[in-house]
Amino acid sequence: MSEARPQRPGLYYPKMPLTWWLARPGYVRFMIRELTSVFIAIFLVELLVLVHKVGQGPQAYADTAARLQSPGWMVFHVVALAFALYHTITWFKLTGVVQVVRLGDHKVPPALVVAGTFVAWGVVSLFILYWLLVRS
Amino acid sequence: MAPGKTMEPFWWSLFSVGGVVAAFLVPVHLFLHGLAIPLGWVSVGHGRLLALVGQPLVKIYLFVLIALPLYHWAHRFRFILEDLGLHGFRAPIAVLCYGSAIVGTVATLWVLIRV
Amino acid sequence: MTEETITLEVTRYRPGHDREPRTESFSVPYRKDWVVLDALNHIKDRVDGSLTYRWSCRMGVCGSCGMMVNGVPKLTCSAFLRDYHPGPIRVEPLANFPVIRDLVVSLDDFMEKLRRVKPWLIRTVEKPVSEGEYRQTPAQLDDYKQFSMCINCMLCYAACPVYGLAPAFVGPAAIALAYRYNMDSRDEGYRLREPILSESVGVWECTFVGECSVVCPKGVDPAAAIQRSKVAGAKDWAMSMLMPWGGRR
Repeated sequence: MSEARPQRPGLYYPKMPLTWWLARPGYVRFMIRELTSVFIAIFLVELLVLVHKVGQGPQAYADTAARLQSPGWMVFHVVALAFALYHTITWFKLTGVVQVVRLGDHKVPPALVVAGTFVAWGVVSLFILYWLLVRS
Repeated sequence: MAPGKTMEPFWWSLFSVGGVVAAFLVPVHLFLHGLAIPLGWVSVGHGRLLALVGQPLVKIYLFVLIALPLYHWAHRFRFILEDLGLHGFRAPIAVLCYGSAIVGTVATLWVLIRV
Repeated sequence: MTEETITLEVTRYRPGHDREPRTESFSVPYRKDWVVLDALNHIKDRVDGSLTYRWSCRMGVCGSCGMMVNGVPKLTCSAFLRDYHPGPIRVEPLANFPVIRDLVVSLDDFMEKLRRVKPWLIRTVEKPVSEGEYRQTPAQLDDYKQFSMCINCMLCYAACPVYGLAPAFVGPAAIALAYRYNMDSRDEGYRLREPILSESVGVWECTFVGECSVVCPKGVDPAAAIQRSKVAGAKDWAMSMLMPWGGRR
C-alpha cells in the first residue's frame, strides 16, 4: 500500500520512522487514546470470566474474585480505569465535533452537546450503581 | 453502491457503537468490579449476582457491555499495528483483530446463555 | 551598532547532486516584524541566491509558502521570528511529500486527488440565467462555509501521520473539499464523489488523529468533515445492504 507509489528519479522521498508518534504531543496523545481500547478489552474479558464463575457456584466465584484482588490485578484496575476515563473524555469531546445537533434553524454549540453527553454519562453511571447496589 | 465493495463502513460502524458503549458503561463497571468490590467499599452477595445474571434483560445488557467494545478494540488495534509499520500486512491483521472480536462474541454468548 | 541576529537551519537538496537533504545554517537579522518568509527572502537576496522555495501573497491567503518550522507545518508568511526567539529555527520542506529541491515539494499527488473529488458544483441540469440566481438561507450557507475556506496549502497533509504512512490515503483537504460540495445545497454531485470517498483509502483510512485541524491556518477543521463523511458513508452502506434496489440519497 504505502510502497506501491512509483517514484520519480531525482526526487527525495522521506521515510517515516517507526517512532513517528513520539514526534509531537498531539501524536502521543493519539497513541494513548488508541491504547485505551486494549485496557478496556482486557477488563471486559476479565468481566466475562467473572460472570462465568458466578454461574459456577459461590466457591468458584469467591476463588476468582480473590485472585482478582491481588496487587498485580489491583494495579491493572487502577491503570485501566484511568485509561477508560481517558477514552470516555476524548470520545465525548470528539462527539461534539462530529455530531451536528440542530434545534430548528440554530446549531447547538458543540460545547453544549459535549456537556450534555457528560451529564447523560453521569446519570447512566449512577443508575447502574443504584441498580446493582441499592435495589434488592 | 455495490455491496461488498468494501467492508470498512461495517467495521467502522461496529467500532463506533462499541466506542459509545465503552465510553458510557466501562468506567462505572471498572470502578465497581475493579476497585469498590475488591477493596470492600461495597459488597454484593453471590446469590444476588446469580439472580441478576439469570435475568434475560441483564444478559442482553451484559452482551452489549462485553461484546460490542471488542469490535471497538479490534478496529483500533488493527490501525495501531498498521501505524507501527505493519501496513503491508493489512489482510492478516484484519483477520486477527476482527476474528478475535468474533471469537469473543461467541464466547460471550456461550457464557451468558449457560449462566 | 550590530543588529541582533537569529539563526535559520535550512534544508538544502540539489537533485542529481545530493543523495540526501542536508542542513545549512544562515544568520539573518532579527527584526520584530519579520516572518520566516522574510528571513528566507533575505537569504536569497543577500546571501545565497540558489535557495529555492515557494511563496506568493505573503499574507496567508494563497497557500504557497507551507513548510515545516521547528517540526510543525506552518505558512512561513505567518510564522513570526519573535515567536521562535532566540532560535535557531529549523526550516524544512513540508513533511510527507517528495522533495524536488531545497524547500520545494512535489504537489502532484495532492493535485491528482483534488481532481478526483470533483471540487466544483455539479448539477444534473444547469439552471438557466433567466430563472434567476440560486438562493441559500444563512443556515444552508453555514452547512459548508467553514469548509470552503481551504487554501490548498497542504499543511494538513504534512501533519497527517496516516498520509505519511500510507500515501494512497485521499487526505484531509481533499475530503474536506468533497464534503464542502456535498453539503452545498446547490450541488447534486454526491453520487459522483462517492466512489473516491468510499474506497478503503478514502475516508476509512483516517483514524481521527486530528492534527490536520490543529495546523490548518484557515480553521477548516478537515477532521470534522472526514468523520461526518464516515457517518454518511456508513448510512449509505447500511442502506445499500438493506435496500439494494434503491435507497438513493
